[in-house]
Amino acid sequence: MNQLMRFSRLHGDSKVAPFVAILVLVTLLASMGNLLMPQDSVFYVSTYTITLLGKYLCYAMLALAVDVIWGYCGILSLGHGAFFALGGYAMGMYLMRQIGDRGVYGNPELPDFMVFLNWSELPWFWQGMDQFWFAMLMVLLVPGILAFVFGWLAFRSRVTGVYLSIMTQALTYALMLAFFRNEMGFGGNNGLTDFKDIVGFDLQADSTRVTLFAITALMLAVILVVSHKILQSRMGKVIVAIRDGESRARFIGYRTERFKVWLFVYSALIAGVAGALYVPQVGIINPGEFSPLNSIEMVIWVAVGGRGTLIGAIVGALLVNYAKTKFTAIMPDGWLFALGALFVFVTLYLPQGLMGLYKKMMDKRKNTTDGGSGPDDVLSAPVQSSAKGGDV
Amino acid sequence: MSTLTDVREVMRRDQVWSFLKDEQPQVDVSHDVILYVEGLNLSFDGFKALNDLNLYVNDGELRCLIGANGAGKTTLMDVITGKTTPDSGTVYFGQSLNLLQHDEAAIAQLGIGRKFQKPTVFEAHSVFDNLELSLKQQKTVMPMLLARLTPTELDRIDEVLNVIGLKEQRFMQAGALSHGQKQWLEIGMLLVAEPRLLLIDEPVAGMTAQETERTAELLTSLAGERTVIVVEHDMEFVRSIARTVTVLHQGTVLAEGTMDQVQNNPDVIEVYLGEAP
Repeated sequence: MNQLMRFSRLHGDSKVAPFVAILVLVTLLASMGNLLMPQDSVFYVSTYTITLLGKYLCYAMLALAVDVIWGYCGILSLGHGAFFALGGYAMGMYLMRQIGDRGVYGNPELPDFMVFLNWSELPWFWQGMDQFWFAMLMVLLVPGILAFVFGWLAFRSRVTGVYLSIMTQALTYALMLAFFRNEMGFGGNNGLTDFKDIVGFDLQADSTRVTLFAITALMLAVILVVSHKILQSRMGKVIVAIRDGESRARFIGYRTERFKVWLFVYSALIAGVAGALYVPQVGIINPGEFSPLNSIEMVIWVAVGGRGTLIGAIVGALLVNYAKTKFTAIMPDGWLFALGALFVFVTLYLPQGLMGLYKKMMDKRKNTTDGGSGPDDVLSAPVQSSAKGGDV
Repeated sequence: MSTLTDVREVMRRDQVWSFLKDEQPQVDVSHDVILYVEGLNLSFDGFKALNDLNLYVNDGELRCLIGANGAGKTTLMDVITGKTTPDSGTVYFGQSLNLLQHDEAAIAQLGIGRKFQKPTVFEAHSVFDNLELSLKQQKTVMPMLLARLTPTELDRIDEVLNVIGLKEQRFMQAGALSHGQKQWLEIGMLLVAEPRLLLIDEPVAGMTAQETERTAELLTSLAGERTVIVVEHDMEFVRSIARTVTVLHQGTVLAEGTMDQVQNNPDVIEVYLGEAP
């Protein structure tokens, strides 16, 4: 019995391993399709597609970050765009410094917008950003520290639910307003753009694009596996316990606020990394990334995919963003309405998201293939109707 | 205090290095009393929830707290478990542990378990996981991240599963349990942490007669080894388990004694008959 239990604990019924395999395979095929196939081949994958896929994967990573905190700990953050954008800005600053004297004004030290603003020297917070390792450190540190301070203050004061969501929203909105100002030294509303190369590789080259895409896919896989391990550990069980009964968890001896802070920081780190991978592929970072609307969109990705399932978040982000690309090409103004409608639809009819639907269908199939006899059908029917009742 | 006593206090060998002190201080019950509640006052917006309340509970005792709604039973539990801070008064666990200096998590780790009025279990987890999380262990982030289920822990969980009679349901989701089973699971979650003192709020609310009987057996079997304080409205149930009963009324102790003594107490009769419609 115990052996059996340990086995099921180790292997569970998770689909992380096959999902990672698919992810790696698709990445490999797409990369080869771009680099090895001739342009006129059926199997040729355009660089545009590669970049688009890379962008989607960054969004998927971001959705994962939101899901870890919302799906597993019940903390609805409407400000995860802030961590994403901060990671992106850190990467953007590095890329700006890499331009060197190839800018419009040809200043070897100052980025173009600073020359334009008549600044004579580099502000202190731009120092060191020409070093790749330092910039990468900042990608982690800045979102991490912000999340720690914010989380520590909020969770220690036991701020929960809607109030916390509004605070996170205010946080990202405040940052957006701050970054819009030219005096902040982050390029104002134009943001940072016109990047040339990254660690010596030309950003426009196909091989660089493919490498960035592959790194994104790899990072996503690593983060997925690590998150899965964390949430499977006893700590992960505490996280879910906090979601379902915070005071119960506290009264059996857990300092729930600490668990929440660390999970929040972890989630912010993932968002920061996603932002840092996003910027070189998209080629621009501006304060628009801080807009509350973006953060709300992330929540919808997770809701569509199914919160509380890591793979669901990824699938949701990929599908919604694919739909967005298609939809905005046909009817650019209609997208927000479609997004809103999607959210209402998912909330009403798919509270568990696509993963929940998938699971329900699998259960149904299992039921029909297993038994098929009278009593089984009788048993499965009420379960279904009650599930339906729960949906509405 | 004179300077000499100050110096002595500072130089006490067992107190100088606070990090050398035991993480889990022992509960000192050398005088047989495990819980001292003295002169407790607490008011919410002018309403006196607790009014100079004094309560002493002996080690290994099974004590029942009864009283009408608003008598301060749950508030008293809130104060003991650190959820609410009183306006004045002291709460000591054993002779030396001042509970008012600790927060909920610390008090739980000291060995005080609390069952809520409404059964509260982690619904998304299996019965087993619920117990695993409640085990006595280092409940901070890193150790929890690295924790593995040890054979000792497994045995302990099995033992408790036997006691609460949920062996068959160990892999069931806690949310799918019946009301009574959830109540037992919650008691099991307290037991698995090996507490010294159990505070149990209305354990038989919503239970069938049979379940009530089993709960009574369970609680009486716990007493002796552990101290149990039960808050209950069901007089039949109180009579079946209680040795000592404390009656609370308007935030203060009205009477204390055996069930018969309490029922014949003129104060209690007056209060209860006076309040009866």
